[in-house]
Amino acid sequence: MATSSPASVTGGQGVARPAFRHRHLLGISQLNQYEIVDLLDRAEAMIPISRQERKILPTLSGKTQINLFFENSTRTQSSFEIAGKRLGAQVTNMSVKTSSVAKGETLVDTAATLNAMRPDVIIVRHGASGAVELLSQKVGCSVINAGDGAHEHPTQALLDALTMRQHKGRLAGLTVAICGDIANSRVARSNLLLLGAMQARTRVVAPRTLLPRGIETLATEVFTDMRQGLQGADVVMMLRLQHERANGRMIPSVREYYHFYGLDEEKLSFAKPDAIVMHPGPMNRGVEIDPAIADGPRSVITEQVEMGVAVRMAVLDALLADRETEQ
Amino acid sequence: MSKPVVIANARIVDPASNRDAPGAVLVEKGRIAGISSGAPQGIPDGAETYDARGLVVAPGLIDMRVFTGEPGHEYRETLASAAEAAAAGGVTSFVLMPDTTPVIDDGALVDFILRRAGAKASVNILPAAAITRGLKGEEITEFGLLKEAGAVALTDGRESIQSAALLRAAFTYARNFDLPVIHHVAERTLIGDGVMNEGPLATISGLKGIPIEAETIPLARDLQLAALTGVRYHAAQVSTGAAVDLLVAAKRRLSTVSAGISINNLTLNENDVAPYRSFFKLSPPLRSEDDRRAVIDGLNSGAIDTIHSAHDPQDTEVKRQPFAEASDGAVGLETLLAAALRLVHSGDVPLITLLRAMTSRPAELLGLKSGRIAVGAPADLVIFDPEFPWVVKEASLRSRSRNSAFEGARMQGAVMHTFVAGRLVFSHAATAEGADA
Repeated sequence: MATSSPASVTGGQGVARPAFRHRHLLGISQLNQYEIVDLLDRAEAMIPISRQERKILPTLSGKTQINLFFENSTRTQSSFEIAGKRLGAQVTNMSVKTSSVAKGETLVDTAATLNAMRPDVIIVRHGASGAVELLSQKVGCSVINAGDGAHEHPTQALLDALTMRQHKGRLAGLTVAICGDIANSRVARSNLLLLGAMQARTRVVAPRTLLPRGIETLATEVFTDMRQGLQGADVVMMLRLQHERANGRMIPSVREYYHFYGLDEEKLSFAKPDAIVMHPGPMNRGVEIDPAIADGPRSVITEQVEMGVAVRMAVLDALLADRETEQ
Repeated sequence: MSKPVVIANARIVDPASNRDAPGAVLVEKGRIAGISSGAPQGIPDGAETYDARGLVVAPGLIDMRVFTGEPGHEYRETLASAAEAAAAGGVTSFVLMPDTTPVIDDGALVDFILRRAGAKASVNILPAAAITRGLKGEEITEFGLLKEAGAVALTDGRESIQSAALLRAAFTYARNFDLPVIHHVAERTLIGDGVMNEGPLATISGLKGIPIEAETIPLARDLQLAALTGVRYHAAQVSTGAAVDLLVAAKRRLSTVSAGISINNLTLNENDVAPYRSFFKLSPPLRSEDDRRAVIDGLNSGAIDTIHSAHDPQDTEVKRQPFAEASDGAVGLETLLAAALRLVHSGDVPLITLLRAMTSRPAELLGLKSGRIAVGAPADLVIFDPEFPWVVKEASLRSRSRNSAFEGARMQGAVMHTFVAGRLVFSHAATAEGADA
């Protein structure tokens, strides 16, 4: 099932691996297919560490990692925290929410303040597209984008790709249907970019009100009928529908949305018999997905969470440990 | 009174008289006293002579859309600093938007602006008054008293009135006092959370888009209400080819409607925004290259009447923000002419057409005596070198705010001298670039 494991996990030992050439991970758009494969290989090698009893590979010992989350996200923040700790980094969580904005501190001020504490890496989630890139220009350390507005969420796309590769053995040629609130989803954008770079066939499936103008420049095919969109798919990726979207502006009701775009057994039957079902979480059971499918045999949703830690360990290691060996 | 001035050996470009010919201009007692082709004649004693060989002399520019921070936000811009920036840009008169704190919606505040401007500003500042109290779009202001106090036009500045009924009342009442109405067209609900032109670029960037219909729907409404009421209506700024089509259709029937455009929408497009460059966050947003081409055609055909700087000083604090959270607007007085000359150098717009949209046409719309080179007209003049190369440097901007959309841009064409009522208010020789040259 899994592709062959590299002999070691960091660039410094064992097999020679070119150092990761980026200082930050701001988006999938900055990566080429070789760098994507490199990160996925590194992540795959990280998987056993989390499965062993002593879950530690101290390549980042002595490093300081700050998790700066302007939006609440228990799961992504925990995943980055655990990833950093398993690599031996000292991890600090800063939950900023919107209070700092209310106090009048700008993002640039926050960046300057944190920079003065001399961290080695800052993991940032922010509600505005481009905010993480702006912050990265103002600090002297590495920055990882943990989600910026409706723009990108690169580690999510990497963990999704790793999960797909674990199950399908490849990415090229897979047909991946991404379904739901495409317009407001950074997960969709990062996945479309990554899968496009890896020569997968990408489909977006959504009602027209949730499809942004020009989405056909990012996806191979666009569907408004879910059955057609799932026809022959290898992977069905559901997106979370924010409740506030179903208020009569974009979507008339949850009931109608579920009827036409919720993933149930009948609609899933149009996908390939061995298709896997993914969801970035947190799920709205009964809104975009039938609970029986979310918890069923084709769901790989909890596995995505596990791959998330591995991917984030790999990204931290690539950005920080490689940098050290360079110097 | 200032000394007589002779501008000799110039290329005189005066759109009002369709003149583009070599000659000399004589200025006495603040007015244009003579125009001659060839060598100047009858030079009075003590006259100061400017040799304008290789240079253009044109009417000083009239900018129909300028924001400052006085009163209320003087750290952004004062009337004096805006006037200094204007003089450096060859702008001798500008229409001041009422978006200040407090809003210019009362005769006493118009009077305040005129008195402050008279005491502090080196160029003519023409106050526009709010259409609605507090720019709230709810109740109309005292148009008659505002006009008596000296308001040249009515506008809600950055705000766009959403109620068709209120607009109808405002247009009707404005006609009563023969005041032009300058209206920013923006359909608020279609804009929603939009921050840049809608399309693939916005989608890839994860930014909410502003469709062109957010401009064309209110423009179509306004043009119909202008026909209904007979008001002198000026669409403050358009940015799309579809808006040009609406204007062409309306102008076939109506001589009382006109439209302006920001220099930004004529010379920049949505690609300048990427990635998240908040200094290019403007209202209306920078549009596609197709739209930019269409508005240039609209300028050439006369569908679009005026070009303005949309000078809008914002401090760095509110501009250096994530794109969606940053304020709209850019300063532009100092770069207006140089940026506009890009259209001449690219072969898109003849010089006289370009200057008409910044001189005689705004003067006609506002009922000003300036904006032309004619004997007896105020000696508001600009002398510029259409070829002079320079680079826009944030640090050398005279505006108190530095949010220029042309920071670092290479320009071809610079203002050499600016005169207001015959008095020299700017000279390039006194600047860093001038000293280098």
